[in-house]
Amino acid sequence: MDWFYVKGILILSGINLMAVLGLSLLTGFTGLFSFGHAGFMAIGAYVTAMGTMKLGLPFIPALLLGAAGAAVVSFFIGRLTLNLKGDYFCIATLGFGEAIRLILDNVQYFGGARGWPGLPVVTNLTTVVIVDVIGVVILANIIRSRHGRNFKAIREEEMASQTIGINVFRYKMAALMISAAYAGVAGGMLAHLLGFIQPKMFQFIKSTELTITVIFGGLGSISGSVIGALVLTSLPELLRTFASWRLVVYGAAVVFIMISRPQGLMGGTEITFTNIKKLFSRFFRASGEKAGGGGR
Amino acid sequence: MKKRVALLIGCVILTLSLALTGCTPAAPTDTPAEEKPEVVKVGWIGSLTGDQAVWGTCELNTVKMRFEEINEKGGLLGKQFEVIGYDTRGDATEAVNAVRRLTAQDKVIAVLGPNASGQAISISSVLEEMNVADIATVATNPKVTIHDDGGVKPFNFRVCFIDPYQGAVAAGYAYDILGFRKAAVLYDVADDYSQGLTEFFEKYFIERGGEVVAREAFKFGDVDFRPQLSKIKEAGPEIIFMPYYYKEVALSANQARELGIDAVLMGGDGWPSEVLLEMAKDAIEGCYFVNHLDFDDPDVQDFKNAYTAKYNLPVELNGYLAYDAVELLAHAIEKANSFDPVAIRDALETAQVLGITGKINISKDTHNPEGKDAAIIKIEDGAYVFQQKYSAN
Repeated sequence: MDWFYVKGILILSGINLMAVLGLSLLTGFTGLFSFGHAGFMAIGAYVTAMGTMKLGLPFIPALLLGAAGAAVVSFFIGRLTLNLKGDYFCIATLGFGEAIRLILDNVQYFGGARGWPGLPVVTNLTTVVIVDVIGVVILANIIRSRHGRNFKAIREEEMASQTIGINVFRYKMAALMISAAYAGVAGGMLAHLLGFIQPKMFQFIKSTELTITVIFGGLGSISGSVIGALVLTSLPELLRTFASWRLVVYGAAVVFIMISRPQGLMGGTEITFTNIKKLFSRFFRASGEKAGGGGR
Repeated sequence: MKKRVALLIGCVILTLSLALTGCTPAAPTDTPAEEKPEVVKVGWIGSLTGDQAVWGTCELNTVKMRFEEINEKGGLLGKQFEVIGYDTRGDATEAVNAVRRLTAQDKVIAVLGPNASGQAISISSVLEEMNVADIATVATNPKVTIHDDGGVKPFNFRVCFIDPYQGAVAAGYAYDILGFRKAAVLYDVADDYSQGLTEFFEKYFIERGGEVVAREAFKFGDVDFRPQLSKIKEAGPEIIFMPYYYKEVALSANQARELGIDAVLMGGDGWPSEVLLEMAKDAIEGCYFVNHLDFDDPDVQDFKNAYTAKYNLPVELNGYLAYDAVELLAHAIEKANSFDPVAIRDALETAQVLGITGKINISKDTHNPEGKDAAIIKIEDGAYVFQQKYSAN
């Protein structure tokens, strides 16, 4: 395989990973399903593009501006919708995602539905990898902290966590804002990879893809999200030879894996050094026992 | 025990997916290169899935058929051609991936397609990095070949006319030839093509002295246009410009007639389809649209018959432009007398070829076919009847 092509897939995986990481905190660790994250990506993309094109900022500050923009919007959305429970929140996010897209279709300042061409193409593998590593480290630290345990507590039993004194609304808000900021960064990087953005790129299907990736990788697992993003972004590329049957095969593969492994690839566990050591020691102890048993 | 098995399965899936990532695509690319070194590869991208799959499939079929014909005649410069087509499902990021694969791994000499402007604009940075030219088929947004600052993109070309031109033709024909002074526009706000045409139709219609009395929008997927049409009816236009695709055209035209609007309807190259005639035969009687060619032109009959005989499908508009994209590329290869992608690009810059949709004179400054006449088609007795070639100058 040619490196130029592989590099392209890796960059795209890295961008998707960023959005998936954020969604992982919201869906995987806090238990809130969202079908509107493409909307946050769109905001991130447009705000970042505004930063580089209209305000003349360098790429990284513009990315941060995009993340902040998405987080601010999510704050207002959160105030209105986070009191909704379960499915209702999910539907509210769905509506939000579509609304963002339609608003952008109408804003002629950003080019409307015709899109915004001519953005500087500055996203490369190095920036994506660095941003991803920072993203993973921040998220892992959040999850391991007291706050991380509170997120998980809310996921497991909202009422009980409220009773023991966790401010559920505030934690949900924090999860939503962090995930929106991650999605915003992903959107900004995507915009400066393609050099062109169009509201059409951030359709409902994009949100669904992100949610599928989180569930596919395993809810409540950062390593699962990483693997999920890598596998699900490269899978359609590997299947190119199937031509028009490609997406059917892709869908079938996802269905097959979800049936055979309903908890997702990682299923709530993480790949850490201690876990790998544990796995190996358990594996060797097991085979050792077996061998010993045979000898007797 | 169960847990351990689950872990093992997990590991196996992971290693398998890693192994697959590493190996699969390498196999098919290595073998044909060794067996048949004489074959030259040409790439195509477009929608084989999604809502534009009909057009994409027609394009790919046409490109394949044309190169088969060229191969039968002995190829070009003594070499045979192989067409590699990749699906983009109408998505810009997919289009970028597909072009990366075509240029880096399949080492194509040029890329044909896509039909949508959003994809065509997104791929230009990859084309410039890999120095491979692209000929877009029906991407009508001016920005496909031109940078924001007016400079030309070195590796993007197209064979169709652009939105401003199409808008100018529609406005000019409605004003000068049909003599209408009051126009209304109904357009799809979520569609780049529709927004573009609306903008330029309005601009040229007003420039000529006409008046746009109503401007109403809907969004892709809507099926009820009565609220917008009622407002348009109140404004009392003589002509309603409908720059969107045939499905919505059929629905909105029928609803307009139901509401008692008898204004003439006019559209762009999103109209021509057999489906439109089936769905709204009576509603669009006596209406006009701007097209890339005259379907009954004797020049296109050979292709039309050959295509229908081979695939048992009607030819969509995109097929004719894909045909001309192949003609243009073949001409450029012969002119460059080489398969070097950069030499082909240089040849494309000044290429002049007579295609089935008209004369294609690529301009060095815009990479567009300049002065290409548009065809005006009228619907008479449930059939598309060619009126005249019209150019807006």
